[in-house]
Amino acid sequence: MRKKLVSLSNIIFKYEGQSRNALDDVSFDIHQGEWLAIVGHNGSGKSTLAKLLNGLQFANSGTITINDQRLTEESVWDVRRKIGMVFQNPDNQFVGTTVQDDVAFGLENAGVSQQVMVERVHGALNKVKMNAFLNQEPHHLSGGQKQRVAIAGVIALQPDIIILDEATSMLDPRGREEVLETVRELKQENEITVISITHDLEEAAKADRMIVMNQGRLYREGTPQDIFELEEELIALGLDIPFSVKLTKELQKNGVHVVDGHLTEEELVKDLCELHSMM
Amino acid sequence: MRITLDDVEYRYQVNTPFEHLALHDVNISMEQGTYTAIIGHTGSGKSTLLQHLNALLKPTKGRVFIGDRTIEAGRKEKALRPIRQKVGIVFQFPEHQLFDETVEKDICFGPMNFGVSENDAKQLARKAIAQVGLSEEILVKSPFDLSGGQMRRVAIAGVLAMEPEVLVLDEPTAGLDPRGRKEIMDMFYELHKREGISTILVTHSMEDAAKYADDIIIMHQGTVFKKGTPQEIFSDPEQLLELGLDVPDTVRFQLKLQKELGVRFDHPCLNIGDLAIEIDKAMKRGNR
Amino acid sequence: MLDKMIIGRYVPANSLLHRMDPRAKLLLVFLFVCVVFLANNFVSYGLLAVFTILLISVSKIPLRYLYNGLKPIFFLIVFTFLLHILFTKEGELLFEYGWFAIYKGGLIQGLFISIRFTLLILVTSLLTLTTTPISITDGMEELLGPLKKWKMPVHELALMMSIALRFIPTLMEETEKIMKAQTARGVDFSSGPIKERVKSIVPLLVPLFVSSFKRAEELATAMESRGYRGGEGRTKYRQLNWKTSDSLLMVSLGLLTVMLVLLRS
Repeated sequence: MRKKLVSLSNIIFKYEGQSRNALDDVSFDIHQGEWLAIVGHNGSGKSTLAKLLNGLQFANSGTITINDQRLTEESVWDVRRKIGMVFQNPDNQFVGTTVQDDVAFGLENAGVSQQVMVERVHGALNKVKMNAFLNQEPHHLSGGQKQRVAIAGVIALQPDIIILDEATSMLDPRGREEVLETVRELKQENEITVISITHDLEEAAKADRMIVMNQGRLYREGTPQDIFELEEELIALGLDIPFSVKLTKELQKNGVHVVDGHLTEEELVKDLCELHSMM
Repeated sequence: MRITLDDVEYRYQVNTPFEHLALHDVNISMEQGTYTAIIGHTGSGKSTLLQHLNALLKPTKGRVFIGDRTIEAGRKEKALRPIRQKVGIVFQFPEHQLFDETVEKDICFGPMNFGVSENDAKQLARKAIAQVGLSEEILVKSPFDLSGGQMRRVAIAGVLAMEPEVLVLDEPTAGLDPRGRKEIMDMFYELHKREGISTILVTHSMEDAAKYADDIIIMHQGTVFKKGTPQEIFSDPEQLLELGLDVPDTVRFQLKLQKELGVRFDHPCLNIGDLAIEIDKAMKRGNR
Repeated sequence: MLDKMIIGRYVPANSLLHRMDPRAKLLLVFLFVCVVFLANNFVSYGLLAVFTILLISVSKIPLRYLYNGLKPIFFLIVFTFLLHILFTKEGELLFEYGWFAIYKGGLIQGLFISIRFTLLILVTSLLTLTTTPISITDGMEELLGPLKKWKMPVHELALMMSIALRFIPTLMEETEKIMKAQTARGVDFSSGPIKERVKSIVPLLVPLFVSSFKRAEELATAMESRGYRGGEGRTKYRQLNWKTSDSLLMVSLGLLTVMLVLLRS
């Protein structure tokens, strides 16, 4: 078992003026170096979770511990240096007038010296492959490029955790792939922990672990294999299941004996090929 | 109502250093009562094309026929309102255009601009709110007190209340969760079938195009790359993949499987049921 | 007409003037505006003109562009010129026709004012043509830095400016989108009776306000999550650097001032 990096216990949170709890007794752990996908329909509480982890909101009761440090109003600035967030709307998180200014924004806030800043800004932009756009202004960039700049702004601060709060939901398919590819590479190189809040089930299928939220409660927790076994239940929750799982079911209905649990198309193709050769 | 584009070209900011060619040599026709999908990358010209469909933009060369009207390059056009009434556009994130005090007033806004009396407009609003699957109680609420999904539906109702003959949809499901996406797409399809509204869907989603459209137009670098029925379009998936465009999941899977098995199905499978049947057949043929 | 105005526009190039420290350029404009009023005869106005022409030539801004940019202001210049001719009745009478009379004093006054006006506009335009808005903001923040001692929120003002600059294109795009959406719903923004057109502003402004507030809120959240907690303890990524050429510019401006004082008649 890997080291526990974040742990939430019995979190209850209610937005002012609302009758229902946005989060209702939620507890789970996040382990170092994993890719955790948090899924749920709109309004299931998954984005509230992200805000709580970053200290943008505080729970009414329950505790969040990050690296053995309890998240309180006093420790929040330390915690924010360890957890970087990428939000949904690419435009509304771009603070700088140019790409490099935007990446530097977090470093400036942290009081990093100018020389180190220049190094880190260039380094971070290299990693997200946006180094050719140093002086570009945001309105000349595509959504995917803006999100990559946002990611650069986060990794320049060398955090332990990146939270993607529906960071790809406003992008076109190409931008979405660009951003996810960037995060995958980063995770590989830097042993970074990724928490992805999403309703893209194909993306979630590639995560190490999944959490399904429903009406403010933790509905299920497990590997993608476990979760996608739920099928109809997921669809009833307003979610979807990956294509390969759907096709597996359909094939079984037609009497093709493929086994369950294929989360990628490649696996299913392989299985079918083996079956075929045995015919 | 039929919409035809004849040799259309469009340049932005003509005669400035920023001039750029967004559309060229576009020849397409969308027939009465059909469902057409327009597909392409960001920057392929599909948004510019969309704005020609109700004369928000005028071509810099060529002609656009909208029903019995002709919009011609270089000619001053008057009285464009009737065109806008007949061709309703649901823009991307349409909830951003809501502005009035109540949902009812907001929905009535369009029809009343086209000269419908207040009473008739209210009638239309009630009909439209039902069409988008919301209850009438919502009519008295402020549009800004609604949830994101409800706002989207109200904005769509605002376009439906104009009683357009052609409905143009620009990425109508962007930002919605899977259930919301399916509900909205099914709702438009239902309207298309039941009321015979010609529908033009501008989208990135090959799934939706394959599932709902009679015809697909693929835009690439400012011009039409390919047009045809979904079967025709997806019969050569490699060609689309080369352009960096997606193909439906079923087609992509079929392609992978065909490569690995060394067989070829006789047609592209556009839904999962069909794909399963074809795979079953191929398995039964086995290695013979 | 707005797109023809050159004040406030930046033209990218790599000239001496482009490379100068924004502080030097800001000081230049500020001081130039003051010393222009020292000139009071043809020789001193000629000197100012020469100085301006020198600046233009090192800026590498195409003359035609400057000329086109001045066009919308010609009307104002001609108008002030005519006002002076009509109402300043000093010196020798040059021309008379009924109530219309031109005096030498008026003519000279009119000419001087027109020249002064033109030079001021040219020099101010040069600042914005050769300096990005963000550099101007940086320069301002530095120059006003000492005021922080008196609790002037200099950093906050500069940040506000830079965010405003950053969001201008975004809001323009947004405005265009909403206009198109409402046009598709039958609004006519460009023709029709004034009363109708004023009314059509509401469906444009309300969505624009709503979305701007939403943007502001999200931006504030993003800034907070990226560790922004005011100007205290912040370092700066952009460094201004004062070069010899900047000092030389200041010296030349000093010389100009001295000569203008000596030339006063």
